Amino acid sequence: MKRDPGFYDYLPYEGRPQIRWPGGARVAFWVAPNVEFYELNPPRNPARAAWARPVPDVQNYSYRDYGNRVGFWRMLETMQRCNVRGSVSLNVAMCEHHPEVIAACADNGWEFYSHGTYNTRYLMGMDEAQERAVIQDSIDTIRKHTGQKLDGWLAPALTYTDRTMDLVAEMGLSYVCDLFHDDQPSPVKTRTGRLASIPYSLEMNDTIVYNVNQVSPRRYGDILKRQFDQLYREGEHSGTVMCIPLHPYLIGQPYRLAAFEEALRYITGHDKVWLATGREIAQHYNEHYYDAFAQAGQTIGEAP
Amino acid sequence: MSTLPADYLDYPLRRYGMDHERYEWSMLPQRLPVAWPGEARIALWIVPALEWFPLDMQGKPFKAPGAMQTAYPDFRHYTLRDYGNRVGIFRIMQALERHDLRASVAMNAAVAVRYPALLQACVQRGWEVIANGLDMDHLHHGGLAEEDERALIAQTLSILRQASGQPVTGWLSPAKSQSWNTPDLLREAGIEYACDWVNDDMPYAMNTRAGTLHAMPHPIDIDDSTILVQNHHTEDDFRDQLIDQFDLLYREARPGNGRVMAISLHPWVIGQPYRIRALEEALAHIVRHPGVWSATGGEILQAWKAQQPA
Repeated sequence: MKRDPGFYDYLPYEGRPQIRWPGGARVAFWVAPNVEFYELNPPRNPARAAWARPVPDVQNYSYRDYGNRVGFWRMLETMQRCNVRGSVSLNVAMCEHHPEVIAACADNGWEFYSHGTYNTRYLMGMDEAQERAVIQDSIDTIRKHTGQKLDGWLAPALTYTDRTMDLVAEMGLSYVCDLFHDDQPSPVKTRTGRLASIPYSLEMNDTIVYNVNQVSPRRYGDILKRQFDQLYREGEHSGTVMCIPLHPYLIGQPYRLAAFEEALRYITGHDKVWLATGREIAQHYNEHYYDAFAQAGQTIGEAP
Repeated sequence: MSTLPADYLDYPLRRYGMDHERYEWSMLPQRLPVAWPGEARIALWIVPALEWFPLDMQGKPFKAPGAMQTAYPDFRHYTLRDYGNRVGIFRIMQALERHDLRASVAMNAAVAVRYPALLQACVQRGWEVIANGLDMDHLHHGGLAEEDERALIAQTLSILRQASGQPVTGWLSPAKSQSWNTPDLLREAGIEYACDWVNDDMPYAMNTRAGTLHAMPHPIDIDDSTILVQNHHTEDDFRDQLIDQFDLLYREARPGNGRVMAISLHPWVIGQPYRIRALEEALAHIVRHPGVWSATGGEILQAWKAQQPA
């Protein structure tokens, strides 16, 4: 095991190359709904149990299923009203299970990136051939069902091996959402390829906010506005990124939608906001700033 | 080297629809509209749970929410849960009576045996009795033998049907925990609807080997124990979340296309003096709106079923 993942050099927030987003925007704002399928009775991974309770864990399974049956459709309407496209973090088996959800995303011009095959199949313990097969499955399934090239990656249920980043870069992806070390994109050091880390955020993630931090919906709206205000101020000097990662089974609960919509209207009501997708942010960054950021990075000292 | 089972990348159930046969894949916006009686927009379904947590709980295969927590004997949690059955439930009754609202009470069979007067107080108010299992330490789960679970369901229903004089056709499993067989066994025992699956805001049909069992929406989110005890929100926050829940469902509904708003309550939580006003204020907000139908689970299901295609 390593003591440091080795993904990036040290690059302090002060004194960096300046980022300019298209149209003079201060903040690249993106919304990343996690469109997921959890299996009722998945094969066991020794590193992690799929369910908190013995199978069938009908409470937790059905809680997730609410997202596809009910919550997604409310979230979609809310985003449509605010003219915000989604960048879908997709368990690609959703293409087979619930193609209606995929079609609704595609019809609205949303991006699809990969969140693995199922949210109940974890990467831990895979050999290289198995992990390549999972990534190739995502590339092929997204191409087949949506016509899109797969550019982004968020590992299923945030599970990894030491080679995950190398493999997604080698297989032609251009960004990952798995690293939480920055409010601007950064180059990710991989064996081959050109891979950027695009800020995704656990702090703004409705799973963390609701299921871990257990805050109220109105408080979540306040958190989103505070996060945006600060990044908007700092973005005047150099462009920042704000992401709202969502889960339809959580944000789509009736009592959570009004406060979310109010925050979304607040954010999109500012004029210097770039309403982008993950792919668009990664393309702009990789083309214009990746090299400058890579050169500015400082070698990290060896810890005693 | 892989440390995973050989079938880890096999996906035998990767297909259209669900990965099981229990119910069909269905999207809420594509359902047939359902008109509630009197052109109501919202069927308001209030579900207090009357629970008994034995002092010597085994917690197998896991502890139900609200279980004993300290080493034996945990008098503090035992008596605090019992507070709901002695005091808290009567505050809920008063809050509902102020607005002529009825409830479906989810009751452990053990409560009916231990406190017959409490069961009668519910029945006399016109409340529907829903079976909530034998007690909070008899969970239905995948490790339970089918014949044992059948006997457990039969015992539970026999007690509650005899004591209440009602047919008792609704079911809520303790801790919402089921085995693979629970829906089949419930339907065979004459149950018409169960409240364990939290994947919808409306009733829907489930497949069992004995015919159709219906799922009724009974969320874990809008629940006094989740919001006040687990999340540590304030009483005003709980009130506001109930109000926000109602407002969105009310906006989404139409006079010919209603929604269900289910409110799950635990008398040992919401029935505390400093908390009960949160419920009273939320109910006052709800009943100010025209088109709110206070109903039992059985009534909501009958109205829904009558409008489904044969």
